[in-house]
Amino acid sequence: MPDLEELYREVILDHYRSPRNSGELDSPPAHRVEGFNPLCGDEVVVTLLVEDGTLADIKIGGTGCSISQSSASLMSAAVKGKRLDDVYRLIKTFKGMMSVHESTLGPNDGLTGNGTDEDAGAADEPEAADLSKLGELAALQGVVKFPVRIKCATLSWNTLAQGLDDLESAAN
Amino acid sequence: MAGPDGGDTLTAGAGPLDVEVVRKDFPLLGRLVHDRPIVYLDSASTSLQPRSVLGAMERYYETTHANVHRGVFATAEESTRLYEEARASVGRFIGSKDPTREVIFTKNTTESLNLIAHSWGRSNLGEGDIVVLSEMEHHANIVPWLILAEERGIELRYIPVGPDGRLELDDLDARVSGAKLVSVSAMSNVLGTINPLRLIAEMAHRAGALIAVDGAQSVPHLPTDVGALGIDFLAFSAHKMLGPTGIGVLWARSALLDEMPPFLGGGGMILDVKLDRFLAAESPHRFEAGTPPIAEAVGLSAAVEYLGAVGMDRIRAHELALTGYALDTLAERLGTDCRVFGPPAGDDRGGVLSLAFRDVHAHDLAQVLDQFAVCVRPGHHCAKPLMRKLGVSATARASFGLYNDEHDVDVLIEGLIEAGRLFG
Repeated sequence: MPDLEELYREVILDHYRSPRNSGELDSPPAHRVEGFNPLCGDEVVVTLLVEDGTLADIKIGGTGCSISQSSASLMSAAVKGKRLDDVYRLIKTFKGMMSVHESTLGPNDGLTGNGTDEDAGAADEPEAADLSKLGELAALQGVVKFPVRIKCATLSWNTLAQGLDDLESAAN
Repeated sequence: MAGPDGGDTLTAGAGPLDVEVVRKDFPLLGRLVHDRPIVYLDSASTSLQPRSVLGAMERYYETTHANVHRGVFATAEESTRLYEEARASVGRFIGSKDPTREVIFTKNTTESLNLIAHSWGRSNLGEGDIVVLSEMEHHANIVPWLILAEERGIELRYIPVGPDGRLELDDLDARVSGAKLVSVSAMSNVLGTINPLRLIAEMAHRAGALIAVDGAQSVPHLPTDVGALGIDFLAFSAHKMLGPTGIGVLWARSALLDEMPPFLGGGGMILDVKLDRFLAAESPHRFEAGTPPIAEAVGLSAAVEYLGAVGMDRIRAHELALTGYALDTLAERLGTDCRVFGPPAGDDRGGVLSLAFRDVHAHDLAQVLDQFAVCVRPGHHCAKPLMRKLGVSATARASFGLYNDEHDVDVLIEGLIEAGRLFG
């Protein structure tokens, strides 16, 4: 089952079985934000602590499938301790990777429509150079072959982006 | 079934249903998915259609299509006749005594239930009035009542679901006491539990309440007789009973319908319209504003004809035997790794299997099963209160139709074993 093995890469299964930064930070001082996928019932709780323009700490709670859980875990590891500029850049690059282009779909997938995730659809197509910066996150690339699962992968990212937006509008 | 038009090969008769013969009538079962024959286990979500249904709709569009209840030209008359004949045949299928007045075509079960809440509910329920539901209801039989609760302060009570997946009816008397309406599912879309409607209807009536039934899962799979059940409203969808999407049914006793105000306003539902008032038509037209789903009614008519020719008793017996096989084989092959919610196979169990497999998330199970061309539905099945009660956020649901066989169950199990291997 080559498609399945591309979806469920070892890195993904590892983060699913042993999620990083699992739990919740005390809020306040941390900011707490919840994300839902109403289609499948997945829920993610992101608590984040921003200090001096840096995402000083982040924890992830909630329930979900291997894709949503591993994506959240991979995300937390990738953004923790990063400058907010870099976090925003990473969110953009990741969502760009998750935006489906028909050319990237296999010929025999039997899919109709392009299945574009509406949230990710606006993102620019990432440069190859950007993808190389994703590190372990690139393991989630296999998800784009399974358009229904893209929302699983982007749930925690959208929730993080929401949390950062909340903080930004509170600061202004 | 004699197939002069649709080309179906099925022959009615005594004895068990011949699933190999039935399967030949469903073209979609010839589809390959990932180079494997499709294993369709999502009939609780929507069923497949036999050729006779597809043919009837195609023929209608090719030879007859015209708007109903309007024109005097030949095809308009034929179209009206086909539409009204569909009403009559659907009514006969559920034991309606007066189908020409009691059978209303809607969009689906959800719209039928909303029609009850909107029309009967708004003219009969006020502050503090009690509606009794159950914890196993689909959102379609909860949210319309929550809307009324928010809007006019009606009170909702819930019949609890016990650990065995059955409704706890011991104190039903007390629960329905003082209620105006009891609205329950005939068969759970998550647990497969078939509820004792006759008993619930009796209790409801004794308490002076009416009883509405969500028959979305029961009408396609069990013989249904509204008179024998003693119920007041029945809602169901065509697309779960071998018919097309886009048409559903609300059956109600005509005495109730006569008193109910219109649902949607528009053409076809009036006797007269002036600039400052309107006079509503009689039921069923009062509740069918706008051009109705005509081709879909023709398709539904062909679907009940097909179901009737096979025989609902034989369908039920086949699906019950298959459910028993599935429960036994799952237990035998997967042991405690696989948990199936709901009662054991028996008279009160329909062919719906909500599965939890080890701690593999339902989405991941469904994804692996898809590689085996097995179609199951992961998620909360639009029954979030029930899922909370079961203590799970999602299950993978396999559900049967008359065209499923033991081989389908065997492939399902093969897929579950692969999921177990992959997720270790």
